[in-house]
Amino acid sequence: MAKTHVTTTINGDETEFLCETEQTLLDVLRDELHMTGTKEGCGTGDCGACSVTMDGRLICSCLVLGVETHGHKIETIEGMADGDALHPLQRNFIDMAALQCGICTPGVLVAAKNLLEKNPDPSETEVRFWLAGNLCRCTGYDKIIRAVMETAAEMRGA
Amino acid sequence: MADIQYQAPEDLAAASALLAGAGGKARILAGGTDLLVQMKFDVVEPTLLIDIKNIAETRTIAEEDGGFRVGAAVPGAELGEDAALAAAWPGVVEAAELIGSTQVQGRASLGGNLCNASPAADSVPAMIAAGAVARVIGPDGQRDVAVEDIATGPGKTSLASGEIVASIFLPKRPANSGDAYLRFIPRTEMDIAVVGVGISLSLDGDGVCTAARVGLGAVAPTALLVDAAADALIGSKLDEAAMDNLAAAVSAACSPIDDKRGTVEFRTDIAGVLARRVASIAFTRAGK
Repeated sequence: MAKTHVTTTINGDETEFLCETEQTLLDVLRDELHMTGTKEGCGTGDCGACSVTMDGRLICSCLVLGVETHGHKIETIEGMADGDALHPLQRNFIDMAALQCGICTPGVLVAAKNLLEKNPDPSETEVRFWLAGNLCRCTGYDKIIRAVMETAAEMRGA
Repeated sequence: MADIQYQAPEDLAAASALLAGAGGKARILAGGTDLLVQMKFDVVEPTLLIDIKNIAETRTIAEEDGGFRVGAAVPGAELGEDAALAAAWPGVVEAAELIGSTQVQGRASLGGNLCNASPAADSVPAMIAAGAVARVIGPDGQRDVAVEDIATGPGKTSLASGEIVASIFLPKRPANSGDAYLRFIPRTEMDIAVVGVGISLSLDGDGVCTAARVGLGAVAPTALLVDAAADALIGSKLDEAAMDNLAAAVSAACSPIDDKRGTVEFRTDIAGVLARRVASIAFTRAGK
């Protein structure tokens, strides 16, 4: 089967891989590049567990083919912490118990970070609508929303 | 699984030639938010994917003759970020922004929503109301097609072999015009329209409606342009009698299915209720 050679930038590093047309970006990240921080939930764009950004735009990596990422910049959960220093969102998610089983958490964090980059001062309603595509079956969402609001306030003050 | 080829040509003629040459086994890939799911479940089994996102015309929003030409593969998120487009056609933009999640908005396009030909596509009734025209590129050149003439049934379009929707043109409107789109879903976000209504209208200096178009979704095999509903508004100031006539005309145009998301009776009734609300919002926007 003919594979396509793809060159992308992932978390700032130029990355090359070979993939078949039907392999999604999610498949490539997890199975070819062994970056398993990005999770597979539904595989159909409904749950947001596989959220990453492509050229700064929040997307579901299950709804993008690996071949489509040629020449583009991808950011995943692996690029969020700076070495051992957690991103303020990650720290507040832990401190405020905004996760339980953790499967949705990488996607929620990537989505929330993308929101705060675009809108440093979101209302609670804006946070809830922005994260409507990130399903969580554990927390009931409330602690997630509070952690995002707290982080936004903290980052504005910093 | 059959070997699937991938091509990302940089001009429309090349994309059209690839599509025509594939004898029905190729699919156009824009945002992919419908296509990839259909492939995953073997609803479609293409042997060639033609990615049109490397073609400048499909990725650009440009002002043209006082209106806007929106590339078929421009993601929904970019529509809302274009302040001039959002100001000129708020109903079209709000309809596009109802499609899926923030993540889906990063990919899903007007062209894809149109060509996927779901009767419940949110942007299509709004585009019909707007009088939007699809620019179709094919082996024999280009033609302009009213958006309501693209879908012919669920998942089916009037596009011929090798034809691609390259862009959508939203025309210039007179001063004192407004448009709006609302859908009914049982929850707040992330659902498929049970009924969708888009209305665009223009007013004269006295607030009398001089022109209107009404698009109706999810209540027939394709989204509909309902002339009788527009006629109910034209010549009125959207008084209660006109609104009654609008609702009656919209409900009369419905021929929905019964399914888990809504019965025939419910959809038919709600279509009229939504039409009143949408007309009221469009009227307010037109007066500003």
